Amino acid sequence: MSKILVIAEHDGAKLNQATARAVTCARQIPDAQVTIAVFAADPAAVAADAATLAGVDAVVTVAHSANETALAAVLAPQIVAVAAHYTHVLAASTAFGKDLLPRVAALLGVPQISDAMAVEGAYKFKRPTYAGNAIVTLEASPDRILVASVRGASFEPAARGGNAPISALSVTVELPTHTRYVSLSAAASSDRPDLASAAKVISGGRALGSKENFALIYSLASKMGAAVGASRAAVDAGYAPNELQVGQTGKIIAPQLYVAVGISGAIQHLTGIKDAKTIVAINKDAEAPIFEVSDFGLVADLFVVLPEIEKALAG
Amino acid sequence: MRKILVGIKRVVDYNVRVRVKPDGSGVALEGVKMSVNPFDEIALEEALRIKERGEASEVVAVSIGTEDAQQQLRTALAMGADRAILVKVSEAVDPLVASRVLVAIAQQENADLVILGKQAIDDDAAQTAPMVAALWGRPQATFASKITLEGSVATVIREVDAGLETIAVDLPAVFSADLRLNEPRYVKLPDIMKAKKKPLDIIEFSALGIAADVGLKTVFVEPPKPRSKGIVVKDVAELVDALQKKGLI
Ligand SMILES: Cc1cc2nc3c(=O)[nH]c(=O)nc-3n(C[C@H](O)[C@H](O)[C@H](O)COP(=O)(O)OP(=O)(O)OC[C@H]3O[C@@H](n4cnc5c(N)ncnc54)[C@H](O)[C@@H]3O)c2cc1C
Ligand SMILES: Nc1ncnc2c1ncn2[C@@H]1O[C@H](COP(=O)(O)O)[C@@H](O)[C@H]1O
Repeated sequence: MSKILVIAEHDGAKLNQATARAVTCARQIPDAQVTIAVFAADPAAVAADAATLAGVDAVVTVAHSANETALAAVLAPQIVAVAAHYTHVLAASTAFGKDLLPRVAALLGVPQISDAMAVEGAYKFKRPTYAGNAIVTLEASPDRILVASVRGASFEPAARGGNAPISALSVTVELPTHTRYVSLSAAASSDRPDLASAAKVISGGRALGSKENFALIYSLASKMGAAVGASRAAVDAGYAPNELQVGQTGKIIAPQLYVAVGISGAIQHLTGIKDAKTIVAINKDAEAPIFEVSDFGLVADLFVVLPEIEKALAG
Repeated sequence: MRKILVGIKRVVDYNVRVRVKPDGSGVALEGVKMSVNPFDEIALEEALRIKERGEASEVVAVSIGTEDAQQQLRTALAMGADRAILVKVSEAVDPLVASRVLVAIAQQENADLVILGKQAIDDDAAQTAPMVAALWGRPQATFASKITLEGSVATVIREVDAGLETIAVDLPAVFSADLRLNEPRYVKLPDIMKAKKKPLDIIEFSALGIAADVGLKTVFVEPPKPRSKGIVVKDVAELVDALQKKGLI
C-alpha cells in the first residue's frame, strides 16, 4: 500500500485549492491511502475543510504557535517527524510548496520530483523540463520516501463530499528560531477571482504600455468575472504586481478560458498556459507566436478592440 | 568581512527551443548555445552589489559541471566575481547532489551568504536553495526580490503567491534570486580580458566523497503533446460569437 502524506497549504481558515489538486494526484497513485497534514497555530478550521475532500482517508493536525505563518525552516523538521510513517510526501507546486518541499526532501536525504504532471506508477511520474518542451518520466527508488511537488494545472481539484476522521498529533522536535516572519503585503484585491484557480483569466503584456493602460485589462476582467494575469515584461515594467506573472517562472494555470492581450507568446509564457482549454490571442502582429497556440486569434490593435469587446458584452 | 558564494549553472540559453531526441534518451544539445542560468546572473549581480556597498569582501562563483562550464565561470569572473571553483563532473547531477557539493564548498570556504537562482531553466527543479539550506542547517530566503543586510541579520522581501512577504533570517543563510531582485550588468570587453587572469580552481567531484546516485532514474524523455492550431477571427463580433457558442462568456 502507498501511504501518502499531503501537506496542506492554507491561510489559517481555509485549505488552498492547490492542495485539493495535489489530493487528486495522490489518489491516482496505485493503492493509495491519503492523509492530509495541517500544520497551524489552530488547525481546527482548516482540518474541518480538508476532511470534506472526497478521497481523503484521514486528516492529521499539528498545532503549534510557531506554525502561525508558514516558514519552511520551521515546518520542515515537523514534517520529517510525521513523514516516517508514510511512503510519499506530496504538496502543491506553489510558492509555498517550492519553498518547503526541497527542505523536507533534503532533511530526509532523498531527491525530489518537482511539478509531477502525471502518475505512471507508485514511484514513477512525469514532469516538464525546459519550459515544458521536454517531458521526463522519472522513476524513484521504492525503498525510500518519495517526495514530490504537484503541478496544479495537471490535476482537477478533488471533489467535496468526504468526511475523513481528524486526529491531533504531537510532534516533539526542536524548532529553529533563525527565521522570522515579518509581514505580507498583498497587492491584488481579494474580491477578484484567484489567478491560480480561476475559470477565466485575462492577461496583459508589454503592449499595454503603462500601469494606467493596464486598467483596461482589469476592467474587462471585471465584466467577464475573470482573474487577471500578466506577462513577465508587464510585471517587470511595473504595470502589474509580481504575483500575477504567468509562465515558466510565474504561475502555471489551466483555466477554461485564457485571453492573452498584447503578449507575443515567448516559450516562457506559453508553458504557463498550455493546459488552458480555450486560448484567445489579441495581437496586432499576425506573426506573433501566441497565434500558434491560440484557438481564436484576433489580429488587431488592443486599444481599439478591448473597448469594443466590453461594449459587446454589455449589450 | 562577509564572504559570498554564488551558484553558476551552465544551461541551454533561454532563447533556444530545445528538441527531444527521437530515441527518447534526452534533449539534443549538440551545437546548442549555452549560457549562465539567467537566475544565477541575478544572484551574482546581487552578490557584487553587496560587495560594492562594502558589505562583503569576496564573491566566489561555483559551478558543478563538465569542463565546458569553465566558460560560464569565466563570464561570472568577467561580471566581477573574485574567484571561481569548478567541481568537475562527467554528467549532469541531481539537485540533491549539487546541494551536497555546494554545502561542502560553503563549509570549506566559511561562507556567510550563499546566493543561488530560484530555478535552473533546464531542469526547472527549483530545489537547490532549500536543499542547501537544509543540509547546511541554515535559514533560507527563497524567491528574493530585495535583500538588506544589517549585522548578523538579513531582511528579505520574497515574491510569493499572495504578494510580497518579508522575513528576517540570521546569517549565515541561503538566498534564491527571483526575477525582480535586480537587473544584471553587461560584461565589458576589458573585463573579459581581466577575467582570464582571475583564479579558477578545478576540484574533481570524486575527491569530495559524495555519491552521485540518489536513486532517481530518467526512464524516458518525450516532447509535449502539441496544441492544435486554431482559427483567426476577422473581428470582435466573430470572436464574441464564437466564445458565446462555447458558453465561455
Ligand atoms: C529566466 C526567464 C524567465 C522568464 N519567465 C517568464 C514567465 O514566467 N512568464 C513570461 O510571460 N515571460 C517570462 N520570461 C520572458 C519572456 O521571454 C518574454 O520576454 C516575455 O514573455 C515577453 O512579454 P510580452 O509578450 O508581454 O512582451 P513582448 O514580447 O514585447 O510582446 C508584446 C506583444 O504585443 C504586441 N503589441 C504591441 N502593441 C500592440 C497593440 N497596440 N495591440 C495589440 N498587440 C500589440 C506585439 O506585436 C508583441 O507581440 C522569462 C524570461 C527569462 C529569461
Ligand atoms: N550544477 C550546478 N552548478 C552550480 N549551481 C547550481 C547547479 N545546480 C543548481 N545550482 C544552483 O541552484 C539553483 C537552482 O537550481 P535547480 O534547483 O536545479 O532549479 C540554480 O539557479 C543555481 O544557482
